[in-house]
Parts: sequence; C-alpha cells; structure tokens
Amino acid sequence: MSIVADTSILARREGTSGRLSDFFWRNPKILLLLMLTPPLLWLGIIYLGSLFALLLQSFFSIDDFSGLINYEFTLATYRQLLIPSNFDIILRTVLMAALVTLASAAIAFPIAYYAARYAKGKWKVVFYLGVMLPLWSSYLVKVYAWKLILAKEGIVTWFFAKLHLSWLLDAWLSLPVVGGSSLSISYTGTFIVFIYVWMPFMILPIQAALERVPGNLIEASADLGGHPAQTFRHVLFPLALPGIIAGSIFTFSLTLGDYIIPQIIGSSRLFIGQAVYAQQGTAGNIPLAAAFSVVPIVIMGLYLWMAKRQGAFDAL
Amino acid sequence: MTAVLFQQVSRHFGAVRAVDSVDLAIAEGEFFAMLGPSGSGKTTCLRLMAGFEQPTSGHIEIFGETAEGVPPYRRNVNTVFQDYALFPHLSILENVAYGLMVKGVGKAERLKAAEEALAMVKLPGYGARRPGQLSGGQRQRVALARALVNRPRVLLLDEPLGALDLKLREQMQEELKSLQKSLGITFVFVTHDQGEALSMADRIAVFSDGRIQQLGTPEEVYKRPKTRFVADFVGSSNVLPPDFVRTLGFGDSYASLRPEAITLGDGPGRKNFAGRVVATSFLGAANRVTVEAAGARVAAMTPASTAPPALGETVTLSFLPQDLHPMDGAR
Repeated sequence: MSIVADTSILARREGTSGRLSDFFWRNPKILLLLMLTPPLLWLGIIYLGSLFALLLQSFFSIDDFSGLINYEFTLATYRQLLIPSNFDIILRTVLMAALVTLASAAIAFPIAYYAARYAKGKWKVVFYLGVMLPLWSSYLVKVYAWKLILAKEGIVTWFFAKLHLSWLLDAWLSLPVVGGSSLSISYTGTFIVFIYVWMPFMILPIQAALERVPGNLIEASADLGGHPAQTFRHVLFPLALPGIIAGSIFTFSLTLGDYIIPQIIGSSRLFIGQAVYAQQGTAGNIPLAAAFSVVPIVIMGLYLWMAKRQGAFDAL
Repeated sequence: MTAVLFQQVSRHFGAVRAVDSVDLAIAEGEFFAMLGPSGSGKTTCLRLMAGFEQPTSGHIEIFGETAEGVPPYRRNVNTVFQDYALFPHLSILENVAYGLMVKGVGKAERLKAAEEALAMVKLPGYGARRPGQLSGGQRQRVALARALVNRPRVLLLDEPLGALDLKLREQMQEELKSLQKSLGITFVFVTHDQGEALSMADRIAVFSDGRIQQLGTPEEVYKRPKTRFVADFVGSSNVLPPDFVRTLGFGDSYASLRPEAITLGDGPGRKNFAGRVVATSFLGAANRVTVEAAGARVAAMTPASTAPPALGETVTLSFLPQDLHPMDGAR
C-alpha cells in the first residue's frame, strides 16, 4: 500500500485541534485578534492606565497644613516646579542627560564602527558578548563596584598616583561644580557611571546603522577624491545619524529618569528621579512627584518629535 | 602613452591568488575590457587600479607614475561601481557634484558642472531627485556622470551593465562606446559577458584563475583562442579533442572550431566529417544542431530558413580548413 493518499483532498485531522486548525486557517484575523488581546490589555490597562492616573495626580495639589491631597483641578503644582530649588533639579538633570548622551555617542561610535566594518566571525561574537555582558549583571552591583573604583582609596586614585598624575586628579576635583572631595562624590563620578551603564544602548543602534551602510559608499567617496575626514563628515556620519539618534533616545531618557546612580555616586544634590522618589515617599507629596515625572515625559516627547523629523525611525 | 601598466602584479588573499603575476599595458584613449568568470581576478585588477587594493608584489604605473601606496583619493582615476554606490542621503545633483565638492570647487561652479554632466548622460533636470526614485538604468547614468564630472584620466567600470535588462544594456553599450570616443578618456571595463566585451572593447584581456589567458583584439580572441579556456568562455566554440583533430588531418592538439564555420553538407575545398544528430534548438536567426562525431560533441549553426535535420539522423558536416585553430596546451 502506498503511503501517499489516493484522494485529492486529504481528510481533516481528528479532534478539536484539527477543527481549530481549519477554522483559524479560514479566519486568520480571529487568530490575530486572539494573539493580540492579552498584550493590548496589558498595554491599555496597566501601562497607559497608570500613566493616565499619574497625569491626573499632577493636576491635583496638596494642602500645606493637613498634608492631604486636594482633589481639585489646578496648575499650582506645575507652578511649584518653577521655583528655583525645583527648577535647578530639572536643569541639572537635563544638562547631565545631554552631556552623558554626547559623550556616549563619541565613545560608542569607534567601537560600533569597528564591530560593523572589521569584526568578523569570532570577533563579532566577542564584540556582542563584551557589549551585552554588563547588561546581564545586576545594575546595583555594577554601581556599587564603581563606587569602590572611584572612591578616594580606590583604584583610580591609586592609578593616578602610580603615574605621578595625582596633581591632575586633584586639580580636576578642586574645580567648582564638577569637582568634589573624591570622584565618587562628584558630578564627574555620576557622569562616568552613567556613561558606563548606558553604553550598550548607544553602541548597538549605531552598530546596526553602520552595518546598513554599504562598504562601497565609503569606497565611492574615496574614489571621488574624498579624504577619510571628508568621507566621515559627508557620508558615514549622515548615514549613521539615525542610529546615533536612536541610541541617544536610550541614554537621554534613561539618564533623565534614573534615581539610583546619582544617589550612590555623586554629590547630594538631587536629580529628577530622586526628587520623585523623595516627594512620593518621605514627603508624601504625590501631586508634586507626579508633576516631576511629567517633565521627562514631555522632554522625551519633544526629543522624539525632533528625532522623527531627522528620520531616526525611517529604517524601522 | 601607456595609461595603466602592470608589471608582474600579484594580489594574494591568504592562500588565494586572486591576481597572479599579471602583466598588462593599457594605451591612452583605449577601450579595454577585462573579461572572465567570477573569481577570475578581473575585478581585483580593477580595484588595484582604483587603489582599493594594494598589490602583494609587482609594480603598477598610472600614466607613468608609481601607484603603489597611493590612496584612492589621490588618484585621478574614477570608478563606476557595479551597483552604482550612489549616496542615498544626497540628491542626484549633490551626488554628481560630490567629487568637485570634496576638492573644494565652489558651490555655483560645481552645481553647474554637475548639471552639464547630467545633460551629457541624458538626464537633464533630474538633479533634485534622490537615488531611490530612479530606475536602474537612470542610476547607472548618474553613476557615470558622477565619475566623468571629475574628468578622470582613466575611467574604471565594474560590470556597470550587469543589473540592466537586455534592451537597456544594448542601448547603454552603444552610448558608452560613443561617449568614450568623444571624450577620449581611457576606459577599463570589467565584464563577464563576452558579447559585451567583444562588441565594445578595442582590446580584451581574458582572465582565469588570476591570470591573463589571452590578450588581443576582439577578433583575435574570438577567432583564434589561444587556450581551451578562452575557446570555451568566449562564445560557444567547439573544443575538439586531439584524437578527433587527428582524424580530420591536423596535428595532435586540441583545436577550436566556431559553430558558424560549420555547414551541413560538403563543398569544394572543405573538410568534412559525419555525425549523428543528438539535439537541435531554434535560436531565432539560426538553428543550432548538435551532432556526435567520433565521441566528440560538435555544434553547428544552420540557417533558420532551412528545417533542421531530424534527431538520430546521420549527417555530413564540413568546414574550411583555415577556420580550425589548434590551441596551446596540447595534451
């Protein structure tokens, strides 16, 4: 007997699963709906719902005497953001996020360029491991490790002493604003650790963007007389820009919202994330905490809008 | 004057000898084709001229000047890339003006020159578009304009017509040829299409395994292939084995015989042999009749106006003795 059926239409597989397969094959949209419902519920209720609740809270105010929330629509809480001590927090955070983003891009670009253009086979694996490995270990452990590295008795101080460059480190630390009694309690330390922790999020999008630049465009530029610096400026950089912007969205937004790094490493001056933490916790001022949280959302909204105009999402 | 000179040039990638002791001299104003299958070293030779590759050993001169160690951006040589390599983020006009821009030519001047170059390749007024909005044939012309606007001393073309459909390709072949004649620039053209090489080039170098198998005019290469490889690759010549060649009354070596030199039936002054028909195919202008004769397969072209012989029929075929060319590398 032949193992191939001699009818031209095969019998349906038995049982419910057979009927279901046929049903879904005929109605692919129902299958799609079934698959999408759970994630859409999650997104709609838990994510957007809580975001909406947060927004709502920011339009309430707190009664200064009783400490109770006054459920009346007001912009008073937003006005509070503009008083100097609060506005300083916003300014400080945005400035830090911008500097971290610029420095991350400058450091990430050569690494990403190497990975996209030169790394092959085994070295590509080494690259991915090297970039991803820090992401697989605990964020807190990394930050505390950096506290030790940057401490006054830490390896950085020791290293500068061995190189007879202690005077350089001391000179840097004696500068206003960026300095401090040691790296681990200065803005410089906060800056270094932010860059370290977010670096993978900058490297990977740039690498993906560079990977899409055909090698012969670089050759074409050289062929037409473009020196390496000109090729970078006129060909490589514009074509990598969407990747740089995509990476900067990560570094910028993550820095805007982080409250752990500046708490462990840095001066005691607050960042937005810490302000939210303090307002909703010890101070119990939920409306002000909510208003603080809206700031990064608005800034990121503006940033994404500009990024979109630059074509950062065209390749998605 | 010699435009490009190769002296014992080799380029090895690890154990692979992509280019192996190549000697060649391309004259100024010549349309020179490098023909061969993929991996034969022709493209590497082109890249050596452009400066994208450096020779492992040997000496390269461009218009009498040493080219080893000179980066591409310092060579007055331009390339038309296989897939055009147009800059996707620049407009067509900016693409064409790129070479002048990086050389510091003023904006008004370089845009004017770019417009002229676009007009020369019959794309006037296309400057504002982006490469993605153009067809393959149009992109090809833009790539040509972008190279020619720099007035290179040598123009290198890497399979520039490979991605075009047949009709467009034939049209571009004629245009390239007339452009080359009117500009007087040396063209070096890489192709794997023997028809293209034969119809366009002044001289052809046939490449195989990193070496030049034969260098000559299209007629020489086509009619008198020096090696079996050339006979096989250039056109569809019959390569006759030595045993068969001997039975026809020639020496003890492989020989080439063009299908169109063979006719059905015998005639005065012709050599003839008998064969059994194993395949016939209609090619439009002619029929190709393949026969088996003394263990060898021989193809002949017969006019389409006469019906081809039936399969299995034994027929007499003949050719003029001077059409049979013995080849190097006897046995």
